[in-house]
Amino acid sequence: MILVFCELKEGQIRKPSAEALSEGRRLADAAGLQLGAIFAGASCAGSADAAKYGADVILCAEGASLASYSSDGFAQVLADTVQAKGATVLLAAATAVGKDVAPRAAARLGAGYASDVTGLAMVGGKLQAVRPVYAGKAFATTSFASAVQVATTRPNVFPAAEKAGAGVAEAVAAPAGGFKSVVKEILAKASGKVDLSEANIIVSGGRGMKDGANFGLLESLADAIGGVVGASRAAVDAGWGLPHSMQVGQTGKVVSPTLYIACGISGAIQHIAGMSGSKFIVAINKDPEAPIFKLADYGIVGDLFEVVPELTKSAQGMGIGSN
Amino acid sequence: MKILVAIKQVPDTESRIKVAADGCSLDPADVKWIISPYDEYALEEAIRIKEGKGAEVVALTVGADAARDVLKNALALGADSAVLLKGDGQGDPYAVAQMIAAYAKDKGFDLFLCGNKGMGGDNAAMGPMLAEVLGIAQANVVVKLELGDGTFRAEREIEGGSEVVEGALPAVVTAQKGLNEPRYASLKGIMAAKKKTIEEIDAAPATAGSCVSTLALPPERAAGRRLEGEAPAQAAALLQALKDEAKVF
Repeated sequence: MILVFCELKEGQIRKPSAEALSEGRRLADAAGLQLGAIFAGASCAGSADAAKYGADVILCAEGASLASYSSDGFAQVLADTVQAKGATVLLAAATAVGKDVAPRAAARLGAGYASDVTGLAMVGGKLQAVRPVYAGKAFATTSFASAVQVATTRPNVFPAAEKAGAGVAEAVAAPAGGFKSVVKEILAKASGKVDLSEANIIVSGGRGMKDGANFGLLESLADAIGGVVGASRAAVDAGWGLPHSMQVGQTGKVVSPTLYIACGISGAIQHIAGMSGSKFIVAINKDPEAPIFKLADYGIVGDLFEVVPELTKSAQGMGIGSN
Repeated sequence: MKILVAIKQVPDTESRIKVAADGCSLDPADVKWIISPYDEYALEEAIRIKEGKGAEVVALTVGADAARDVLKNALALGADSAVLLKGDGQGDPYAVAQMIAAYAKDKGFDLFLCGNKGMGGDNAAMGPMLAEVLGIAQANVVVKLELGDGTFRAEREIEGGSEVVEGALPAVVTAQKGLNEPRYASLKGIMAAKKKTIEEIDAAPATAGSCVSTLALPPERAAGRRLEGEAPAQAAALLQALKDEAKVF
Protein backbone atom coordinates (compact mmCIF):
# COMPACT_ATOMS: atom_id res chain seq x y z
CA MET A 1 0.00 0.00 0.00
CA ILE A 2 0.98 3.60 -0.63
CA LEU A 3 -0.16 5.66 2.34
CA VAL A 4 -0.70 9.43 2.13
CA PHE A 5 -1.05 11.61 5.22
CA CYS A 6 -3.77 14.17 4.52
CA GLU A 7 -4.54 17.41 6.33
CA LEU A 8 -8.00 18.89 6.72
CA LYS A 9 -8.79 22.58 7.03
CA GLU A 10 -12.32 23.54 8.00
CA GLY A 11 -13.59 20.14 6.87
CA GLN A 12 -11.87 20.28 3.48
CA ILE A 13 -8.81 18.38 2.31
CA ARG A 14 -6.00 20.92 1.97
CA LYS A 15 -4.87 21.45 -1.62
CA PRO A 16 -1.25 20.29 -1.03
CA SER A 17 -2.66 17.08 0.49
CA ALA A 18 -4.94 16.54 -2.52
CA GLU A 19 -1.86 16.94 -4.73
CA ALA A 20 0.06 14.35 -2.69
CA LEU A 21 -2.92 12.02 -2.84
CA SER A 22 -3.19 12.36 -6.64
CA GLU A 23 0.51 11.62 -7.01
CA GLY A 24 0.05 8.64 -4.67
CA ARG A 25 -2.72 7.34 -6.96
CA ARG A 26 -0.45 7.63 -9.99
CA LEU A 27 2.36 5.74 -8.22
CA ALA A 28 -0.04 3.09 -6.88
CA ASP A 29 -1.36 2.47 -10.40
CA ALA A 30 2.18 2.19 -11.76
CA ALA A 31 3.19 -0.32 -9.08
CA GLY A 32 -0.12 -2.20 -8.79
CA LEU A 33 -0.62 -1.12 -5.18
CA GLN A 34 -3.53 0.09 -3.10
CA LEU A 35 -3.75 3.76 -2.11
CA GLY A 36 -4.62 4.62 1.48
CA ALA A 37 -5.33 8.09 2.87
CA ILE A 38 -4.65 8.62 6.58
CA PHE A 39 -6.24 11.42 8.60
CA ALA A 40 -5.67 12.32 12.25
CA GLY A 41 -7.48 14.76 14.49
CA ALA A 42 -10.43 15.34 16.80
CA SER A 43 -12.70 14.83 13.79
CA CYS A 44 -12.19 13.34 10.35
CA ALA A 45 -15.29 15.03 8.89
CA GLY A 46 -14.46 15.76 5.25
CA SER A 47 -12.06 12.83 4.87
CA ALA A 48 -14.51 10.97 2.60
CA ASP A 49 -13.46 13.39 -0.17
CA ALA A 50 -10.17 11.46 -0.38
CA ALA A 51 -12.08 9.00 -2.58
CA LYS A 52 -12.31 11.75 -5.21
CA TYR A 53 -8.53 11.68 -5.52
CA GLY A 54 -8.37 7.92 -5.83
CA ALA A 55 -8.08 6.60 -2.26
CA ASP A 56 -9.02 2.91 -2.04
CA VAL A 57 -9.03 3.05 1.76
CA ILE A 58 -9.63 6.07 3.99
CA LEU A 59 -8.08 5.57 7.41
CA CYS A 60 -9.07 7.82 10.26
CA ALA A 61 -7.41 8.23 13.64
CA GLU A 62 -9.99 10.26 15.53
CA GLY A 63 -9.68 11.17 19.17
CA ALA A 64 -9.36 13.88 21.80
CA SER A 65 -5.60 13.21 22.09
CA LEU A 66 -5.19 14.29 18.46
CA ALA A 67 -7.26 17.48 18.72
CA SER A 68 -4.06 19.57 18.79
CA TYR A 69 -1.09 18.75 16.61
CA SER A 70 1.72 16.86 18.33
CA SER A 71 4.93 15.94 16.48
CA ASP A 72 5.49 12.69 18.34
CA GLY A 73 1.77 11.88 18.63
CA PHE A 74 1.11 12.23 14.91
CA ALA A 75 4.39 10.48 13.99
CA GLN A 76 3.27 7.56 16.13
CA VAL A 77 -0.09 7.37 14.31
CA LEU A 78 1.59 7.44 10.91
CA ALA A 79 4.30 4.90 11.76
CA ASP A 80 1.81 2.53 13.43
CA THR A 81 -0.53 2.72 10.44
CA VAL A 82 2.31 2.07 7.98
CA GLN A 83 3.18 -1.03 9.94
CA ALA A 84 -0.40 -2.23 10.48
CA LYS A 85 -1.21 -1.91 6.78
CA GLY A 86 2.16 -3.17 5.55
CA ALA A 87 2.59 0.04 3.55
CA THR A 88 5.90 0.49 1.75
CA VAL A 89 5.55 4.17 0.84
CA LEU A 90 4.43 7.04 3.08
CA LEU A 91 3.77 10.42 1.48
CA ALA A 92 2.76 13.79 2.94
CA ALA A 93 2.62 17.30 1.52
CA ALA A 94 5.63 19.47 2.39
CA THR A 95 3.55 21.80 4.58
CA ALA A 96 4.49 23.08 8.04
CA VAL A 97 2.92 19.96 9.57
CA GLY A 98 4.06 17.57 6.84
CA LYS A 99 7.69 18.66 7.11
CA ASP A 100 7.49 18.35 10.90
CA VAL A 101 5.92 14.91 11.14
CA ALA A 102 7.23 13.01 8.09
CA PRO A 103 10.94 12.90 9.03
CA ARG A 104 10.03 11.91 12.59
CA ALA A 105 7.75 9.12 11.32
CA ALA A 106 10.53 8.02 8.93
CA ALA A 107 13.06 7.75 11.76
CA ARG A 108 10.50 5.82 13.81
CA LEU A 109 10.21 3.35 10.92
CA GLY A 110 13.97 3.23 10.30
CA ALA A 111 13.13 4.57 6.85
CA GLY A 112 14.86 6.89 4.42
CA TYR A 113 13.25 10.25 3.80
CA ALA A 114 13.22 12.61 0.82
CA SER A 115 11.83 16.07 1.54
CA ASP A 116 10.08 18.59 -0.68
CA VAL A 117 10.26 16.39 -3.79
CA THR A 118 9.26 17.63 -7.24
CA GLY A 119 9.23 14.26 -8.99
CA LEU A 120 8.43 10.69 -7.92
CA ALA A 121 8.57 7.31 -9.66
CA MET A 122 8.33 3.66 -8.71
CA VAL A 123 11.48 1.89 -9.95
CA GLY A 124 11.73 -1.85 -9.36
CA GLY A 125 9.00 -1.64 -6.74
CA LYS A 126 10.75 1.13 -4.81
CA LEU A 127 10.22 4.84 -4.64
CA GLN A 128 12.67 7.13 -6.40
CA ALA A 129 12.52 10.87 -5.78
CA VAL A 130 13.80 13.94 -7.56
CA ARG A 131 14.27 16.89 -5.24
CA PRO A 132 15.78 20.35 -5.52
CA VAL A 133 18.99 20.86 -3.57
CA TYR A 134 20.99 24.05 -3.00
CA ALA A 135 17.52 25.68 -3.14
CA GLY A 136 17.01 24.63 -6.74
CA LYS A 137 20.50 25.29 -8.08
CA ALA A 138 20.65 21.52 -8.68
CA PHE A 139 18.36 18.50 -8.61
CA ALA A 140 19.21 15.26 -6.80
CA THR A 141 17.74 11.92 -7.77
CA THR A 142 17.35 10.08 -4.49
CA SER A 143 16.93 6.36 -4.03
CA PHE A 144 16.12 4.55 -0.82
CA ALA A 145 17.99 1.87 1.08
CA SER A 146 15.11 1.10 3.46
CA ALA A 147 12.09 -1.22 3.13
CA VAL A 148 9.74 1.70 3.82
CA GLN A 149 10.23 4.93 1.88
CA VAL A 150 8.99 8.33 3.07
CA ALA A 151 8.70 11.56 1.07
CA THR A 152 7.02 14.97 1.24
CA THR A 153 5.72 16.54 -1.98
CA ARG A 154 6.30 20.22 -2.75
CA PRO A 155 3.04 22.17 -3.00
CA ASN A 156 2.01 23.49 -6.44
CA VAL A 157 4.11 20.95 -8.34
CA PHE A 158 1.93 17.83 -8.62
CA PRO A 159 -1.52 18.35 -10.16
CA ALA A 160 -4.51 17.50 -7.95
CA ALA A 161 -6.34 15.24 -10.40
CA GLU A 162 -9.73 13.81 -9.61
CA LYS A 163 -10.00 10.05 -10.07
CA ALA A 164 -12.65 8.07 -8.22
CA GLY A 165 -11.48 5.48 -5.71
CA ALA A 166 -13.42 2.98 -3.59
CA GLY A 167 -12.85 5.08 -0.45
CA VAL A 168 -13.61 2.37 2.09
CA ALA A 169 -13.60 4.01 5.53
CA GLU A 170 -11.61 2.36 8.31
CA ALA A 171 -11.01 3.55 11.87
CA VAL A 172 -7.52 3.61 13.38
CA ALA A 173 -7.10 3.68 17.18
CA ALA A 174 -5.93 7.08 18.44
CA PRO A 175 -3.05 6.98 20.95
CA ALA A 176 -3.89 7.62 24.60
CA GLY A 177 -1.93 10.87 24.74
CA GLY A 178 0.86 11.93 27.08
CA PHE A 179 2.83 13.28 24.13
CA LYS A 180 6.21 14.97 24.50
CA SER A 181 5.10 18.16 22.80
CA VAL A 182 1.75 19.62 21.80
CA VAL A 183 0.58 22.74 19.96
CA LYS A 184 -1.12 25.00 22.53
CA GLU A 185 -2.23 27.91 20.45
CA ILE A 186 -2.22 29.33 16.93
CA LEU A 187 -1.00 32.94 16.69
CA ALA A 188 -1.63 35.39 13.86
CA LYS A 189 -4.08 33.17 12.14
CA ALA A 190 -3.91 33.17 8.37
CA SER A 191 -5.26 36.38 6.87
CA GLY A 192 -7.31 34.40 4.39
CA LYS A 193 -4.54 34.79 1.85
CA VAL A 194 -2.64 31.65 0.92
CA ASP A 195 0.92 31.19 2.05
CA LEU A 196 3.71 32.08 -0.40
CA SER A 197 4.68 28.41 -0.68
CA GLU A 198 1.22 27.55 -1.97
CA ALA A 199 0.47 30.73 -3.94
CA ASN A 200 -0.34 30.54 -7.63
CA ILE A 201 0.75 34.12 -8.31
CA ILE A 202 3.46 36.02 -6.43
CA VAL A 203 4.33 39.71 -6.77
CA SER A 204 7.73 40.25 -5.18
CA GLY A 205 9.70 43.36 -4.36
CA GLY A 206 13.40 43.97 -3.86
CA ARG A 207 15.79 46.75 -2.98
CA GLY A 208 14.35 48.81 -5.86
CA MET A 209 11.16 49.30 -3.81
CA LYS A 210 13.18 51.84 -1.77
CA ASP A 211 10.91 51.62 1.30
CA GLY A 212 8.60 49.17 3.04
CA ALA A 213 5.66 51.54 2.64
CA ASN A 214 5.96 51.21 -1.13
CA PHE A 215 5.00 47.54 -0.87
CA GLY A 216 1.43 48.85 -0.86
CA LEU A 217 1.85 49.20 -4.64
CA LEU A 218 2.60 45.49 -4.86
CA GLU A 219 -0.34 44.66 -2.56
CA SER A 220 -2.65 46.53 -4.94
CA LEU A 221 -1.31 44.66 -7.96
CA ALA A 222 -1.48 41.34 -6.10
CA ASP A 223 -5.09 42.04 -5.14
CA ALA A 224 -5.94 42.92 -8.75
CA ILE A 225 -4.55 39.66 -10.16
CA GLY A 226 -5.26 37.28 -7.27
CA GLY A 227 -1.71 37.00 -5.97
CA VAL A 228 0.26 37.38 -2.75
CA VAL A 229 3.28 39.57 -2.01
CA GLY A 230 6.83 38.38 -1.42
CA ALA A 231 10.19 40.09 -0.96
CA SER A 232 13.87 39.54 -1.63
CA ARG A 233 16.41 39.14 1.15
CA ALA A 234 17.75 42.63 0.40
CA ALA A 235 14.29 44.07 1.08
CA VAL A 236 13.68 42.02 4.23
CA ASP A 237 17.12 42.84 5.62
CA ALA A 238 16.81 46.56 4.78
CA GLY A 239 15.02 47.34 8.04
CA TRP A 240 11.76 48.28 6.31
CA GLY A 241 9.71 46.20 8.76
CA LEU A 242 9.01 43.36 6.33
CA PRO A 243 8.68 39.99 8.09
CA HIS A 244 10.98 37.13 7.21
CA SER A 245 7.92 35.05 6.33
CA MET A 246 7.73 37.20 3.15
CA GLN A 247 11.26 36.34 2.05
CA VAL A 248 11.75 34.36 -1.13
CA GLY A 249 15.15 32.83 -1.73
CA GLN A 250 17.64 30.32 -0.44
CA THR A 251 17.40 31.67 3.11
CA GLY A 252 13.65 32.21 2.85
CA LYS A 253 10.85 30.41 1.08
CA VAL A 254 11.47 28.37 -2.03
CA VAL A 255 8.44 28.89 -4.25
CA SER A 256 7.08 27.49 -7.50
CA PRO A 257 4.04 29.55 -8.51
CA THR A 258 2.54 29.74 -11.99
CA LEU A 259 3.49 33.41 -12.20
CA TYR A 260 6.28 35.29 -10.39
CA ILE A 261 6.54 39.04 -10.92
CA ALA A 262 9.89 40.39 -9.68
CA CYS A 263 9.80 44.16 -9.10
CA GLY A 264 13.05 45.99 -8.42
CA ILE A 265 14.86 42.70 -7.81
CA SER A 266 18.28 42.41 -9.41
CA GLY A 267 18.44 38.62 -9.21
CA ALA A 268 21.13 37.60 -6.71
CA ILE A 269 21.99 33.91 -6.95
CA GLN A 270 20.39 33.17 -3.61
CA HIS A 271 17.12 34.84 -4.69
CA ILE A 272 17.04 33.10 -8.07
CA ALA A 273 17.52 29.80 -6.26
CA GLY A 274 14.27 30.39 -4.42
CA MET A 275 12.05 31.25 -7.39
CA SER A 276 13.53 29.76 -10.55
CA GLY A 277 11.02 26.90 -10.33
CA SER A 278 8.24 29.36 -11.21
CA LYS A 279 6.41 28.55 -14.43
CA PHE A 280 6.42 32.12 -15.78
CA ILE A 281 8.72 34.87 -14.59
CA VAL A 282 8.23 38.60 -15.19
CA ALA A 283 10.99 41.06 -14.34
CA ILE A 284 10.46 44.78 -13.90
CA ASN A 285 13.72 46.64 -13.33
CA LYS A 286 15.36 49.94 -14.27
CA ASP A 287 18.69 48.25 -14.94
CA PRO A 288 18.65 46.50 -18.33
CA GLU A 289 21.71 44.48 -17.25
CA ALA A 290 20.07 43.06 -14.10
CA PRO A 291 20.67 39.28 -13.97
CA ILE A 292 16.95 38.67 -13.30
CA PHE A 293 16.29 39.42 -17.01
CA LYS A 294 18.21 36.27 -18.00
CA LEU A 295 15.49 34.25 -16.30
CA ALA A 296 12.47 36.29 -17.25
CA ASP A 297 9.93 35.12 -19.80
CA TYR A 298 8.81 38.74 -20.03
CA GLY A 299 11.09 41.64 -19.18
CA ILE A 300 10.15 45.25 -18.67
CA VAL A 301 13.02 47.70 -18.47
CA GLY A 302 11.45 50.63 -16.71
CA ASP A 303 10.56 52.38 -13.50
CA LEU A 304 8.50 50.04 -11.34
CA PHE A 305 6.83 53.07 -9.71
CA GLU A 306 5.30 53.82 -13.12
CA VAL A 307 4.84 50.29 -14.47
CA VAL A 308 3.29 48.60 -11.42
CA PRO A 309 0.41 51.10 -10.98
CA GLU A 310 -0.26 50.82 -14.75
CA LEU A 311 -0.41 47.05 -14.42
CA THR A 312 -2.80 47.32 -11.49
CA LYS A 313 -5.03 49.74 -13.37
CA SER A 314 -5.09 47.64 -16.55
CA ALA A 315 -5.65 44.41 -14.63
CA GLN A 316 -8.59 45.97 -12.79
CA GLY A 317 -9.93 47.17 -16.15
CA MET A 318 -9.67 43.67 -17.59
CA GLY A 319 -11.31 42.14 -14.52
CA ILE A 320 -8.44 39.64 -14.18
CA GLY A 321 -8.59 38.98 -10.48
CA SER A 322 -12.30 38.30 -10.49
CA ASN A 323 -12.07 34.70 -11.66
CA MET B 1 21.55 23.17 31.80
CA LYS B 2 23.58 21.44 29.11
CA ILE B 3 23.08 22.35 25.47
CA LEU B 4 24.33 20.60 22.33
CA VAL B 5 24.41 22.77 19.21
CA ALA B 6 24.71 20.73 16.02
CA ILE B 7 26.18 22.79 13.19
CA LYS B 8 26.93 21.97 9.57
CA GLN B 9 29.42 23.26 7.09
CA VAL B 10 27.76 24.10 3.77
CA PRO B 11 28.61 25.87 0.49
CA ASP B 12 28.15 29.65 0.65
CA THR B 13 24.72 30.67 -0.68
CA GLU B 14 26.40 32.83 -3.32
CA SER B 15 28.27 29.78 -4.69
CA ARG B 16 27.55 28.47 -8.15
CA ILE B 17 26.92 24.76 -7.98
CA LYS B 18 28.88 22.39 -10.23
CA VAL B 19 28.44 18.64 -10.43
CA ALA B 20 31.52 16.48 -9.84
CA ALA B 21 32.76 13.92 -12.38
CA ASP B 22 30.98 11.11 -10.51
CA GLY B 23 27.64 12.67 -11.53
CA CYS B 24 26.16 12.41 -8.06
CA SER B 25 28.05 14.82 -5.83
CA LEU B 26 29.03 18.45 -5.56
CA ASP B 27 32.26 19.56 -7.25
CA PRO B 28 34.06 21.14 -4.27
CA ALA B 29 36.39 23.23 -6.46
CA ASP B 30 35.83 26.98 -5.97
CA VAL B 31 33.27 26.36 -3.23
CA LYS B 32 33.58 28.61 -0.20
CA TRP B 33 32.40 26.79 2.92
CA ILE B 34 30.44 28.53 5.65
CA ILE B 35 28.41 27.58 8.69
CA SER B 36 24.84 26.87 7.55
CA PRO B 37 23.05 30.22 8.13
CA TYR B 38 20.22 28.71 10.20
CA ASP B 39 22.79 27.09 12.51
CA GLU B 40 24.04 30.59 13.39
CA TYR B 41 20.67 31.31 15.00
CA ALA B 42 20.86 28.00 16.91
CA LEU B 43 24.34 28.81 18.20
CA GLU B 44 23.39 32.38 19.15
CA GLU B 45 20.34 31.09 21.06
CA ALA B 46 22.53 28.67 23.03
CA ILE B 47 24.96 31.45 23.94
CA ARG B 48 22.09 33.73 25.03
CA ILE B 49 20.70 30.97 27.27
CA LYS B 50 24.20 30.54 28.72
CA GLU B 51 24.46 34.29 29.38
CA GLY B 52 20.92 34.45 30.78
CA LYS B 53 20.44 31.51 33.08
CA GLY B 54 23.76 29.76 32.72
CA ALA B 55 24.47 26.72 30.60
CA GLU B 56 27.26 24.57 29.28
CA VAL B 57 27.32 24.83 25.48
CA VAL B 58 28.87 22.09 23.37
CA ALA B 59 29.18 22.70 19.61
CA LEU B 60 29.28 19.62 17.42
CA THR B 61 29.65 18.92 13.74
CA VAL B 62 29.83 15.75 11.68
CA GLY B 63 32.44 15.92 8.96
CA ALA B 64 36.08 15.72 7.99
CA ASP B 65 39.05 17.82 9.20
CA ALA B 66 37.98 20.80 7.09
CA ALA B 67 34.83 21.12 9.21
CA ARG B 68 36.99 22.21 12.16
CA ASP B 69 36.62 25.78 10.90
CA VAL B 70 32.95 26.01 11.91
CA LEU B 71 33.82 24.63 15.36
CA LYS B 72 36.63 27.16 15.85
CA ASN B 73 34.12 29.89 15.04
CA ALA B 74 31.60 28.42 17.50
CA LEU B 75 34.26 28.43 20.23
CA ALA B 76 35.12 32.05 19.43
CA LEU B 77 31.46 32.98 19.72
CA GLY B 78 31.18 31.44 23.19
CA ALA B 79 30.72 27.67 23.02
CA ASP B 80 32.51 26.00 25.96
CA SER B 81 33.76 23.02 24.02
CA ALA B 82 33.59 21.51 20.57
CA VAL B 83 33.33 18.02 19.14
CA LEU B 84 34.21 16.87 15.64
CA LEU B 85 32.42 13.62 14.88
CA LYS B 86 34.44 12.21 12.03
CA GLY B 87 32.04 10.86 9.42
CA ASP B 88 29.99 11.86 6.40
CA GLY B 89 28.04 14.89 7.52
CA GLN B 90 26.94 15.88 4.02
CA GLY B 91 24.95 12.74 3.24
CA ASP B 92 21.78 11.12 4.49
CA PRO B 93 20.12 13.01 7.37
CA TYR B 94 18.96 9.80 9.08
CA ALA B 95 22.56 8.57 9.25
CA VAL B 96 23.72 11.93 10.67
CA ALA B 97 20.92 11.84 13.27
CA GLN B 98 22.03 8.39 14.39
CA MET B 99 25.66 9.51 14.70
CA ILE B 100 24.75 12.53 16.82
CA ALA B 101 22.33 10.49 18.94
CA ALA B 102 24.99 7.82 19.55
CA TYR B 103 27.39 10.52 20.78
CA ALA B 104 24.85 12.46 22.85
CA LYS B 105 22.86 9.79 24.62
CA ASP B 106 23.79 9.35 28.29
CA LYS B 107 25.60 12.72 28.33
CA GLY B 108 22.75 14.57 30.02
CA PHE B 109 21.93 17.18 27.39
CA ASP B 110 18.76 19.13 28.18
CA LEU B 111 18.49 20.92 24.87
CA PHE B 112 19.59 20.21 21.30
CA LEU B 113 19.69 23.18 18.97
CA CYS B 114 20.32 23.20 15.22
CA GLY B 115 19.16 25.05 12.11
CA ASN B 116 15.74 24.16 10.74
CA LYS B 117 17.55 22.94 7.66
CA GLY B 118 21.09 22.57 6.46
CA MET B 119 21.55 24.99 3.60
CA GLY B 120 22.18 23.00 0.43
CA GLY B 121 20.97 19.54 1.36
CA ASP B 122 17.72 21.30 2.24
CA ASN B 123 16.35 18.16 3.89
CA ALA B 124 15.00 19.87 7.02
CA ALA B 125 15.08 16.37 8.50
CA MET B 126 18.04 15.89 10.81
CA GLY B 127 16.45 17.68 13.79
CA PRO B 128 13.16 15.74 13.91
CA MET B 129 15.00 12.51 13.15
CA LEU B 130 17.40 13.17 16.04
CA ALA B 131 14.42 13.81 18.34
CA GLU B 132 12.83 10.53 17.34
CA VAL B 133 16.05 8.50 17.65
CA LEU B 134 16.57 9.95 21.14
CA GLY B 135 12.86 9.61 21.96
CA ILE B 136 12.49 13.25 23.01
CA ALA B 137 10.32 16.27 22.13
CA GLN B 138 10.82 18.50 19.10
CA ALA B 139 9.89 21.96 17.90
CA ASN B 140 10.83 22.98 14.36
CA VAL B 141 11.27 26.28 12.52
CA VAL B 142 11.27 28.17 15.82
CA VAL B 143 11.28 31.98 15.98
CA LYS B 144 10.93 32.35 19.77
CA LEU B 145 12.04 30.06 22.58
CA GLU B 146 11.34 30.22 26.31
CA LEU B 147 12.66 27.68 28.78
CA GLY B 148 10.92 26.80 32.03
CA ASP B 149 11.76 24.30 34.72
CA GLY B 150 12.18 21.16 32.62
CA THR B 151 9.82 22.55 30.00
CA PHE B 152 9.94 24.67 26.86
CA ARG B 153 7.58 26.96 25.01
CA ALA B 154 8.43 27.59 21.37
CA GLU B 155 6.80 29.72 18.72
CA ARG B 156 7.20 28.14 15.31
CA GLU B 157 6.45 29.43 11.83
CA ILE B 158 3.51 27.89 9.98
CA GLU B 159 1.62 28.89 6.83
CA GLY B 160 0.37 32.45 7.31
CA GLY B 161 1.29 32.73 10.97
CA SER B 162 2.83 30.88 13.86
CA GLU B 163 1.88 28.38 16.53
CA VAL B 164 3.00 27.79 20.10
CA VAL B 165 4.42 24.37 20.93
CA GLU B 166 4.87 23.34 24.56
CA GLY B 167 6.71 20.30 25.74
CA ALA B 168 9.13 18.72 28.13
CA LEU B 169 12.91 18.88 28.08
CA PRO B 170 15.07 17.35 26.78
CA ALA B 171 14.01 18.55 23.35
CA VAL B 172 15.34 19.24 19.88
CA VAL B 173 14.64 22.81 18.75
CA THR B 174 15.43 23.85 15.18
CA ALA B 175 16.03 27.54 14.56
CA GLN B 176 14.48 29.84 11.98
CA LYS B 177 15.64 33.31 10.93
CA GLY B 178 14.05 35.76 13.37
CA LEU B 179 14.87 33.74 16.50
CA ASN B 180 17.63 36.25 17.32
CA GLU B 181 20.34 38.41 15.76
CA PRO B 182 23.58 36.42 15.70
CA ARG B 183 26.62 38.28 16.97
CA TYR B 184 30.09 38.46 15.49
CA ALA B 185 33.02 36.90 17.30
CA SER B 186 34.95 39.38 19.46
CA LEU B 187 38.72 39.58 19.46
CA LYS B 188 38.66 38.37 23.07
CA GLY B 189 36.49 35.42 22.01
CA ILE B 190 38.81 34.55 19.14
CA MET B 191 41.85 34.64 21.48
CA ALA B 192 40.06 32.54 24.11
CA ALA B 193 39.06 30.00 21.45
CA LYS B 194 42.72 29.39 20.63
CA LYS B 195 43.17 27.87 24.09
CA LYS B 196 40.21 25.54 23.70
CA THR B 197 40.65 22.17 22.04
CA ILE B 198 38.37 20.39 19.62
CA GLU B 199 37.62 16.85 20.70
CA GLU B 200 37.81 14.43 17.80
CA ILE B 201 35.78 11.22 17.83
CA ASP B 202 35.01 8.68 15.10
CA ALA B 203 31.28 8.75 14.42
CA ALA B 204 29.41 5.57 15.35
CA PRO B 205 28.37 3.38 12.42
CA ALA B 206 24.96 4.39 11.05
CA THR B 207 22.43 3.02 8.59
CA ALA B 208 21.68 5.36 5.69
CA GLY B 209 18.05 5.62 4.67
CA SER B 210 18.61 7.19 1.29
CA CYS B 211 21.34 8.08 -1.15
CA VAL B 212 21.72 10.46 -4.06
CA SER B 213 22.16 8.54 -7.31
CA THR B 214 22.51 11.51 -9.65
CA LEU B 215 22.96 15.24 -9.23
CA ALA B 216 22.04 17.44 -12.18
CA LEU B 217 21.77 21.13 -12.93
CA PRO B 218 18.30 22.46 -13.73
CA PRO B 219 17.42 22.87 -17.41
CA GLU B 220 18.17 26.30 -18.86
CA ARG B 221 15.14 28.53 -19.18
CA ALA B 222 14.20 29.52 -22.74
CA ALA B 223 15.10 33.08 -23.67
CA GLY B 224 12.36 35.56 -22.85
CA ARG B 225 11.42 38.79 -24.56
CA ARG B 226 11.47 42.46 -23.63
CA LEU B 227 8.32 44.52 -23.75
CA GLU B 228 9.07 47.91 -25.26
CA GLY B 229 7.44 51.32 -25.07
CA GLU B 230 6.29 53.61 -22.28
CA ALA B 231 4.90 52.23 -19.01
CA PRO B 232 1.21 52.06 -20.10
CA ALA B 233 2.12 50.22 -23.31
CA GLN B 234 4.45 47.86 -21.45
CA ALA B 235 1.79 47.09 -18.86
CA ALA B 236 -0.86 46.40 -21.51
CA ALA B 237 1.50 44.21 -23.55
CA LEU B 238 2.45 42.20 -20.46
CA LEU B 239 -1.12 41.51 -19.41
CA GLN B 240 -2.04 40.50 -22.99
CA ALA B 241 0.95 38.14 -23.16
CA LEU B 242 0.16 36.59 -19.77
CA LYS B 243 -3.44 36.09 -20.86
CA ASP B 244 -2.94 34.89 -24.45
CA GLU B 245 0.49 33.22 -24.49
CA ALA B 246 1.09 32.07 -20.92
CA LYS B 247 -2.64 31.64 -20.21
CA VAL B 248 -2.03 32.58 -16.59
CA PHE B 249 -5.30 34.49 -16.30
